[in-house]
Amino acid sequence: MSVNQQAHTGPPYGQAQPGYQGYQQPGYGGQPLPGIPHSQYGAYNGPMPGYQQPVPPQGYFPSLGFPSKGSPVSLNSDTSSLAPNFIGLLRAPPTSGAPPPASGASLPSGHPVYSQFGQGDVQNGIPASAAQMHRPPASQPFLPGSAPTPVSQTSTFQQYGPPPGSAQQLSNQMAGMTIGSTSTPAPPPAGLGYGPPTSVPPVSGSFSATGSGLYTPYTSGQGPPPTSVSQGLPLAQPPFSGQPISTQRLPTQVPGFAPPPSSTGIGPSSYPPTTGAPRPSPMQGPPLPGQTVAGPPTSQPNHVSSPPPPSTMSGPHPGPSPMAGLHGPPPPTHPPQPGYQMQQNGSFGQARGPQPNYGGAYPGTPNYGSQPGPPPPPKRLDPDSIPSPIQVIEDDRSNRGSEPFVTGVRGQVPPLVTTNFLVKDQGNASPRYIRCTSYNIPCTSDMAKQSQVPLAAVIKPLATLPPEETLPYLVDHGESGPVRCNRCKAYMCPFMQFIEGGRRFQCCFCSCVTEVPPHYFQHLDHTGKRVDFYDRPELSLGSYEFLATVDYCKNNKFPSPPAFIFMIDVSYNAVKSGLVRLICEELKSLLDYLPREGNMEESAIRVGFVTYNKVLHFYNVKSSLAQPQMMVVSDVADMFVPLLDGFLVNVNESRTVIASLLDQIPEMFADTRETETVFAPVIQAGLEALKAAECAGKLFIFHTSLPIAEAPGKLKNRDDKKLINTDKEKTLFQPQTSFYNNLAKDCVAQGCCVDLFIFPNQYLDVATLGVVTYQTGGSIYKYAYFQLETDQDRFLNDLRRDVQKEVGFDAVMRVRTSTGIRATDFFGAFYMSNTTDVEMAGLDCDKTITVEFKHDDKLSEDSGALLQCALLYTSCAGQRRLRIHNLSLNCCTQLADLYRNCETDTLINYLAKYAYRGVLNSPVKTVRDALINQCAQILACYRKNCASPSSAGQLILPECMKLLPVYLNCVLKSDVLQPGPEVTTDDRAYIRQLVTSMDVAETNVFFYPRLLPLTKADVDNDSLPAAIRNSEERLSKGDIYLLENGLNIFVWVGVNVQQGLIQNLFGVSSFSQISNTLSTLPVLENPFSKKVRSVVDMLQVQRSRYMKLIIVKQEDKLEMLFKHFLVEDKSLSGGASYVDFLCHMHKEIRQLLS
Amino acid sequence: MATYLEFIQQNEERDGVRFSWNVWPSSRLEATRMVVPLACLLTPLKERLDLPPVQYEPVLCSRPTCKAVLNPLCQVDYRAKLWACNFCFQRNQFPPAYAGISELNQPAELMPQFSTIEYIVQRGPQTPLIFLYVVDTCLEEDDLQALKESLQMSLSLLPADALVGLITFGRMVQVHELSSEGISKSYVFRGTKDLTAKQIQDMLGLSRPAVPMQQGRPLQPHEQPVISSRFLQPVHKIDMNLTDLLGELQRDPWPVMQGKRPLRSTGVALSIAVGLLEGTFPNTGARIMLFTGGPPTQGPGMVVGDELKTPIRSWHDIEKDNTRLMKKATKHYETLANRTAANGHCIDIYACALDQTGLLEMKCCANLTGGHMVMGDSFNTSLFKQTFQRVFNKGFNGEFRMAFGASLEVKTSRELKIAGAIGPCISLNAKGPCVSENELGIGGTSQWKICSLDPSTTLAIYFEVVNQHNAPIPQGGRGVVQFVTQYQHSSMQKRIRVTTIARNWADAQSQLQHIEAAFDQEAAAVLMARLGVYRAESEEGPDVLRWLDRQLIRLCQKFGQYNKDDPNSFRLSESFSLYPQFMFHLRRSPFLQVFNNSPDESSYYRHHFARQDLTQSLIMIQPILYAYSFCGPPEPVLLDSSSILPDRILLMDTFFQIVIYLGETIAQWQKAGYQDMPEYENFKHLLQAPLDDAQEILQTRFPMPRYINTEHGGSQARFLLSKVNPSQTHNNLYAWGQESGAPILTDDVSLQVFMDHLKKLAVSSAS
Repeated sequence: MSVNQQAHTGPPYGQAQPGYQGYQQPGYGGQPLPGIPHSQYGAYNGPMPGYQQPVPPQGYFPSLGFPSKGSPVSLNSDTSSLAPNFIGLLRAPPTSGAPPPASGASLPSGHPVYSQFGQGDVQNGIPASAAQMHRPPASQPFLPGSAPTPVSQTSTFQQYGPPPGSAQQLSNQMAGMTIGSTSTPAPPPAGLGYGPPTSVPPVSGSFSATGSGLYTPYTSGQGPPPTSVSQGLPLAQPPFSGQPISTQRLPTQVPGFAPPPSSTGIGPSSYPPTTGAPRPSPMQGPPLPGQTVAGPPTSQPNHVSSPPPPSTMSGPHPGPSPMAGLHGPPPPTHPPQPGYQMQQNGSFGQARGPQPNYGGAYPGTPNYGSQPGPPPPPKRLDPDSIPSPIQVIEDDRSNRGSEPFVTGVRGQVPPLVTTNFLVKDQGNASPRYIRCTSYNIPCTSDMAKQSQVPLAAVIKPLATLPPEETLPYLVDHGESGPVRCNRCKAYMCPFMQFIEGGRRFQCCFCSCVTEVPPHYFQHLDHTGKRVDFYDRPELSLGSYEFLATVDYCKNNKFPSPPAFIFMIDVSYNAVKSGLVRLICEELKSLLDYLPREGNMEESAIRVGFVTYNKVLHFYNVKSSLAQPQMMVVSDVADMFVPLLDGFLVNVNESRTVIASLLDQIPEMFADTRETETVFAPVIQAGLEALKAAECAGKLFIFHTSLPIAEAPGKLKNRDDKKLINTDKEKTLFQPQTSFYNNLAKDCVAQGCCVDLFIFPNQYLDVATLGVVTYQTGGSIYKYAYFQLETDQDRFLNDLRRDVQKEVGFDAVMRVRTSTGIRATDFFGAFYMSNTTDVEMAGLDCDKTITVEFKHDDKLSEDSGALLQCALLYTSCAGQRRLRIHNLSLNCCTQLADLYRNCETDTLINYLAKYAYRGVLNSPVKTVRDALINQCAQILACYRKNCASPSSAGQLILPECMKLLPVYLNCVLKSDVLQPGPEVTTDDRAYIRQLVTSMDVAETNVFFYPRLLPLTKADVDNDSLPAAIRNSEERLSKGDIYLLENGLNIFVWVGVNVQQGLIQNLFGVSSFSQISNTLSTLPVLENPFSKKVRSVVDMLQVQRSRYMKLIIVKQEDKLEMLFKHFLVEDKSLSGGASYVDFLCHMHKEIRQLLS
Repeated sequence: MATYLEFIQQNEERDGVRFSWNVWPSSRLEATRMVVPLACLLTPLKERLDLPPVQYEPVLCSRPTCKAVLNPLCQVDYRAKLWACNFCFQRNQFPPAYAGISELNQPAELMPQFSTIEYIVQRGPQTPLIFLYVVDTCLEEDDLQALKESLQMSLSLLPADALVGLITFGRMVQVHELSSEGISKSYVFRGTKDLTAKQIQDMLGLSRPAVPMQQGRPLQPHEQPVISSRFLQPVHKIDMNLTDLLGELQRDPWPVMQGKRPLRSTGVALSIAVGLLEGTFPNTGARIMLFTGGPPTQGPGMVVGDELKTPIRSWHDIEKDNTRLMKKATKHYETLANRTAANGHCIDIYACALDQTGLLEMKCCANLTGGHMVMGDSFNTSLFKQTFQRVFNKGFNGEFRMAFGASLEVKTSRELKIAGAIGPCISLNAKGPCVSENELGIGGTSQWKICSLDPSTTLAIYFEVVNQHNAPIPQGGRGVVQFVTQYQHSSMQKRIRVTTIARNWADAQSQLQHIEAAFDQEAAAVLMARLGVYRAESEEGPDVLRWLDRQLIRLCQKFGQYNKDDPNSFRLSESFSLYPQFMFHLRRSPFLQVFNNSPDESSYYRHHFARQDLTQSLIMIQPILYAYSFCGPPEPVLLDSSSILPDRILLMDTFFQIVIYLGETIAQWQKAGYQDMPEYENFKHLLQAPLDDAQEILQTRFPMPRYINTEHGGSQARFLLSKVNPSQTHNNLYAWGQESGAPILTDDVSLQVFMDHLKKLAVSSAS
């Protein structure tokens, strides 16, 4: 399994894996890797090739760089290349050990890749190829490649030679270089990226000075670079490059390189070359040439070496570049590939970009400039050479999208959330229900602490499944209720061990032996399995439901069907904006679509209506009345429900009365002059109503303004932007008063879930108003400056979805684990009255809970670790049920296994939630620093323990985590952690709460938005165009793009877009006539318009909220807003660009390592 | 001169006043020796067919502390156009309008026959009458239906421009907004939480839209009455809506568990009603009409918990001081009653339930504001329906027999002071020279407020003679008392009725026989009874009885003629002859005896006793009994068991009950169906006669009495048997002639025994 997994992981990161391999070789001595792993590795290599394409150029650079700068990169790349070679030849398999397998896998793939590379020079093409490459294939190819290694080296060199060609490539290469530099030629390449600074001591100093604040990273990066550089530089410069490289490489590289590849994509890419690299000598050779090359090509002295190569590389070898993962600089030359790979590694390490960026972005720049002066210009780290999320996503999609994901095997890493795949439940819960940060858990807490990789599961207990997958079966164990372990109360599941002929079973969590109840007894077959194994979902499936008995119900009474109460603000603002009328109109039809259970004919849910301003109006809509009756409660200080009978009614029975009411509400308040509203009493009213009716339910509150009327929970406007970046900033996220916390507690106790739709025209204090919603498992929907024309669709769609979606009430969730680990922390929208039970008044199909685990004992590799998530809830028909999700994970004693089975998306989900909670208690800066530090530790631990030894200047990322830096940067730049001036306090509080209950897919797209070139869309089929990276550089003036992040959709129109397209899409004749106030695309009868609208619709369907559509014209005012979402670029609010951040991370890691 | 009897009757007819003494002892000492205080029963609005009101303002004495009204007893100097006040002797100029005055051209107020005169004055804006229904919805379906119908019917009886409002209550209290079209709208209040008037007004949105209140500057007291209250609307505008609204009233929807009483928030409902009127129409005639079908079970004013296993307090509990809730509840209602009275509104209580409804606690609401109190078994009875209908009865001149916001001021000549009043009123705390320090009833004031009154409303007013024995009053001197009643007539006019009476002084030592002859024993009995009942509200029953007994004995000692220690020699003069008998029956009456009555019933009886006029009061003290037989025309007979004969039909009127009792033989005849035989038509007529007479009483009395038709041996006969003097009991039956009445199974003493004891005690030299 592990092998396979690795292979999987490997592929994406194939390159990285190589690194692993290398590593493993040394580290593991190849133990882990039997033949199989190798093959896998081969696969990895394969990926490598993928990367290699890009890499090559880099490789070149690196190589160049290496020599020139730290050249570690190049070295690495070389090494990597070597590694592959080695692997292939020698131990590739064994070496890599666990990791190697990946690499091994990659290797094979690598081969083809190479070939591809050779063929396809194309940048884009590269990724594709890369994808293929990356995966197993790559590795395989690689192997072969490895064999050729020597050749490759040479080739590489050759390539290098060519690389010098393209300037851009150079830059890319530069990037590669840096990376590379970090890796091997540390000195030179490092020099490139950091090299300059490093090389020039003063520089470093200056950097630090400059960078301190924003640049800190950079500075640090620089700082470190210096260190590394220092090493590297000196080395790199003259002697080093030459010597160290050669020497180091040979020995280290082989292994070391391998690791590098494993590191990030780049690494891997470079690896392929590695193959060639195997021969350190070649490496050296290459580097040298590289250097030389670099020298010439590279504009920068330091980097120079590298840059040039890249250029050449890129130019000549689009293929190689792909390797790098960046462009697919088509350099067809295979030979270069190896070199490329190298480069890739290097490229990673190098954050050449930074330098330039630095200069520009960071204040430090100047310094930089000065110092780097020499190096900087050339230093640019090629963005194409650093790990590309798009690439990874595409790779995973193409590799894993076709086969169903069968959950039978323990510890399997599922495909990425961006991949469409089918799940077959064979004993473990579908990844749609549970995703883990790692599927291989360290056996001991020491290991866990060392790695700093958080162990967390992201659980979405009521997730919606695609129609092809079956819903969890409902199991009824009769009057005595579900069969459970006597001691830990775990529910019967596939992992329970039946013994003594089936008369008893041993709990898989606590090992306690429990008698099988007579009615549940069944004989065992010769394998010890129960004969009815396949007849019972709880024995054969990962997810299923139990019918709860009365013991599981509140007050020992079966619950009544839940109720929905609609509570509408009818103050002046709401009436004037037309909102009240809109809601009433919509409710008339929406009430027919309340959630129903299974095949029931009508919904069991009852409805009630309340309107309010500073007093509350309840409505009696009893079916026997001719007219509804309104009951005003003005005693808001002591809220109560004025009526029982007739408030909550069946929709069908009271249809006419309800219709009459909804007709009259807008009329009644048409002339209102009341502007003040209350809020807490509204929730109290709903709560009391549910209490009186003795049922759970959901409140839909439509609210417009800060509740300033005299009443409990009255709020004052405390918005103060001056608090930002101070120690008091956290207060902006905290509720103003504890009143709402207590209210939330009461709501949870009653099963009263609150969904809040807010329509603010000014500060509303979402942080406080949202408390109840948040703690009861509800959702907040915010429509700032609501305007009927533009926001109506969005609001109505959200409302419809929210009303109709599947939801459970009065829920309690507990996560049980194998002895050894324990759920210690929970993130999400819920309330906890003790440390183990997650209580939610309501839980809908979109709500996610992230659970963190910590060791409290040792785990064993044999038995692995089990999770059982049990959710007790009331269905929408009022049935009490238990939903059980089981998941088995592997345990490891080697850190490499951990790193090979990680899921970066899940990790980011956890980290984001962790950080977003952190802002409640700590200054934002502290939170950011802690986040960076933790990630640096994770990566440093990998580097230290899993990657093959290599120059400290080389940045080596685990294959599975190669996107960690880019994603982390996105988190750090998000509005909550680094708000721009246009972001309101409410926005931040809103986002903060929103993210807290997001699942992995949502956080993924939220932090790294999807950018689709619409003009590239194929109008003839319904596929989406391939996404591109979120950087302005990727935008072409002649194209139209779509960007979505789960909340908004932007349609960006370049100034040079053909008139025909504009006409087709917007129905106007020129760019200037496009209205940016459109909230929908006009419906036009032409293929392009249809296609775009279908794309938009498709995206809308995928998200749990209806996204706001914004048309952005290039060079228009709105473009600023749009650019905010181009997360790979430097942001206006001070967020670092990807390249810069990578450099910074690298610096941090190096600091940790030194 | 006519007899004193005629004199008394004339006075009563003309002025609505009955004094206990019609010749007054001239000194304080003598007066106290008279035992029965100098007092009168005043019916301020006694209907006078012959009294056309005058359309001008009364002329007042100019002395600021006096302000007595010009009256026929004043000395007038027609030439100087001066008049002398007969209370303070201030000489006053007539106002310019009286310039043409002369002996031949006297204004009405100077004519002797106008000792009582009514002025119509133009003061302030006229506001329509206000009726605020406060309706309990915790009723049985039948009851609620009947009540709804009664209420709907009442809308047609209201003046078209009267304002009506509706509050319903159960577990919650709902104030219905009557102006809205379409959706019916109501404001709902929690039934467990008392609110201040301000809060209520805020919550109902009645507070004036925050008049740019400059800090420190108090709001102008009456900026403008808010006529536009959404909760009180003219009947003619909303009677359709309100009829529908009433029709749609549902029973309180909150579930009532087995073994529980429904949660009834009477206290809060009343509080809100009071607060609503207080905020919108202070000092305007308004009736809050509370219809309740059970005891308040939650919130302020709660009388009993909702556990059925806890019974409502009984007299027994009260004696044992085992009434946790009573004091709090009473206090709540007292506070409300005082607020209501201060605003000039009144509260009527219509309580219909088989069990008690908390009248004991709520009584002050009606007692202090002049409101009605009606107790019945169910809203679905004619007793309630007709009584309620009768509230809206109109007088001979087509006007409602109700008046509002009255204040009664009493002025006395110097020899007299005012000791207090007993009746449906509250003190206005008007101190003055004529206010006695000794209080009888509600004292310490010369003015009282009567928030609601009708033509029969009668107050007892007690005086004290303060003339010292050594300062004799000149011969022929007369004491003068003036009653000034200002009120809002049902026609919305402001009116002032002035009654001035004078009585001769007499020296008790030399002219005792005059005084004796001028004793009004009926009035005295009622006045003493009111004092007794008033005391009984705050004292233990036995103490009150002892006090009454002692007064009676002293009176007999004072005015009886006897030889010491010789009971047989005891005689009383004619003017005192009935008095002991009244006292005998008073002692047995439910006003003083709580045995067999619930606290609610006692409160109910006492309420009515404290407001009815002399005739009705006497009926209450000593029910009247008529006998119908073939022996002759119907005749009043002794209220005695000896009057119960087999061949008689008896009709007893106790004010609260009308009992028709068929003697044994009559009953047998009736069973045999003789009345249906043409040859026995006279029997049919005999049977019919008491029925017709009963109907007559039923038609006129408010509240409508319980009508009981029974016969010899019938279970309901107890109503009769408990009232008659038990002259024949199982103890002495054979000591009396056979076939002379029915024996009563009781240990109560009979009148004869009572009288024997009285004589003994009166003549005893020991006391």
